Amino acid sequence: MSPASLPNFVPAVPEIFLAAAAMALLMLGVLQRAVAVGEQVRISRVVTWMSVLALLLAILLASAVTGTRIATFGGMFVNDGFALFFKVLALLATALSLVISMGYLERHDIARFEYAVLYLFAAVGMMMMVSANDLISLYVGLELQSLALYVVAAFQRDDSRSTEAGLKYFVLSALASGFILYGSSLVYGFTGTTNFDVIARALDGTPVLGVVFGLVFVLAGLAFKVSAAPFHMWTPDVYEGAPTPVTAFFSVAPKIAALGLLLRVVTGPFGDLVQQWQQVIWIASVLSMVIGAFAAISQRNIKRLMAYSSIGHIGYALIGLAAGSRDGLESVLIYMAIYITMNLGTFAAILCMRRSDRMVEGIDDLAGLSKSHPVLAAAFALMMFSMAGIPPLAGFFGKLYVFKAAITAEFYGLAVIGVLTSVVAAFYYLRIVKVIYFDNLTDALDRAVPKNLTFVLLGTSAAILLFFLWPDPLLASSQSAVASLLGG
Amino acid sequence: MTEIGLGHYVTVGAILFVLGVFGIFLNRKNVITILMAIELILLAVNVNLVAFSTAMSDLVGQVFAMFVLTVAAAEVAIGLAILVVFFRNRATIAVEDISSLKG
Repeated sequence: MSPASLPNFVPAVPEIFLAAAAMALLMLGVLQRAVAVGEQVRISRVVTWMSVLALLLAILLASAVTGTRIATFGGMFVNDGFALFFKVLALLATALSLVISMGYLERHDIARFEYAVLYLFAAVGMMMMVSANDLISLYVGLELQSLALYVVAAFQRDDSRSTEAGLKYFVLSALASGFILYGSSLVYGFTGTTNFDVIARALDGTPVLGVVFGLVFVLAGLAFKVSAAPFHMWTPDVYEGAPTPVTAFFSVAPKIAALGLLLRVVTGPFGDLVQQWQQVIWIASVLSMVIGAFAAISQRNIKRLMAYSSIGHIGYALIGLAAGSRDGLESVLIYMAIYITMNLGTFAAILCMRRSDRMVEGIDDLAGLSKSHPVLAAAFALMMFSMAGIPPLAGFFGKLYVFKAAITAEFYGLAVIGVLTSVVAAFYYLRIVKVIYFDNLTDALDRAVPKNLTFVLLGTSAAILLFFLWPDPLLASSQSAVASLLGG
Repeated sequence: MTEIGLGHYVTVGAILFVLGVFGIFLNRKNVITILMAIELILLAVNVNLVAFSTAMSDLVGQVFAMFVLTVAAAEVAIGLAILVVFFRNRATIAVEDISSLKG
């Protein structure tokens, strides 16, 4: 290719479309010059629905342009089946997060169209992350996502808890980006390149100490982004402080994108350093499971509890990566797909927790929910049983596949710790079920459940409940995604 | 006279990086200091990248450094904006006052 010729734009069409759509919607919103609150709410609704539409169109475009592995833009951007799997999950998670945030924003007087536009920019960043094939595009994608997320965390700007969450997330996430960058600079210095394919070729044979050092920094930074212990300390504070729909979004989409990036980085450029990264992932996995299980027990706030629960779930997903086998990677993909379904359902249920039109967040506020809202209570309990891993719900199968991969790869210790911590975690999930069904109703929550929440709650509940009847599509797509990641 | 080589630059980069990380964790006074520490980390990375790039006569490192500079500017703009809304709510930016969320 001569230097002057244009790159192949086709693999990046979904990203280009979504970025253009985000900018067009931004202009649309700005040009309305809305001052009155009613006007702002109307524009925010229009822009939000159009954003959901744009996200769904981007999913269609991504499936249309993805075939065999194509690298473009001088090898900086790659599109393959693996990227497609994570893009579909991240975009669906973003779209559903937008759907469940609609009523909330209006009730809390923060219905602004910028909210949906920021989600779109974050989604573009996520797509860049899972398609990155170069340390530079990795960094730019990651920052595009993070910059949008800092703002949405602090979106409720009159609320001191939301702004504090935004500030904490900003400082710790910027530190994580610094770690990733410092690691990248060392990897660049000791391999002479930033391209993943060339790094993989340069690392044949005995590893240089500088590269291992850089790899550990990159892994530490990525562990921050997926909130794996020991880099999880921001998670509970940010989840508690951020507006609830933003917490729902944080617990699904950025996590799935960062995990996709982590998988690509460790299997691609650092595929030959298995010995080195396996130890790091092993430790992160065990610590995440233990902290996720034990620290959640004493929590009284449901959002904080969900933060520790998500740390624990990342620990289980990392078991599959630590196993390092093909089965292990497939189990990570399956686990994450099931995890985002459970989490979106749970947060849709949490968003129904309102009293006199204000959010309540205490676990005790759920007391007697089964008497006042039987359907909501049943769906909430279903999500909790699935999170605890009780068959035949989907959460059980997610755990089954990762533990099976760990046993096959002879990581018995990891599997045993995983089973033990999931028993401990079952305690706090089942306690919520106990509060819902067996505690006395004192002060009932608001009767009306918004339609958008009902839609998401019923959809995810059906998916969780009926997964065991029809698991083949997910299993087959995770197999083909991993096959394209590992090259056939 | 010793020749100033790659090793010296990378050492400076490492020192700046460590200063930046310690600046975030040991500082108990002011959030602005944390923003400066973040800048220090990014500058350490830039020193590294440019030093490696020059030593290898490979331009990619300098391109990377330009990206880092640009993104760092955007990042600090957003950081300061969040700091301003935080200050409006609390009337303080002392690090020990950022503690209403815990448990």
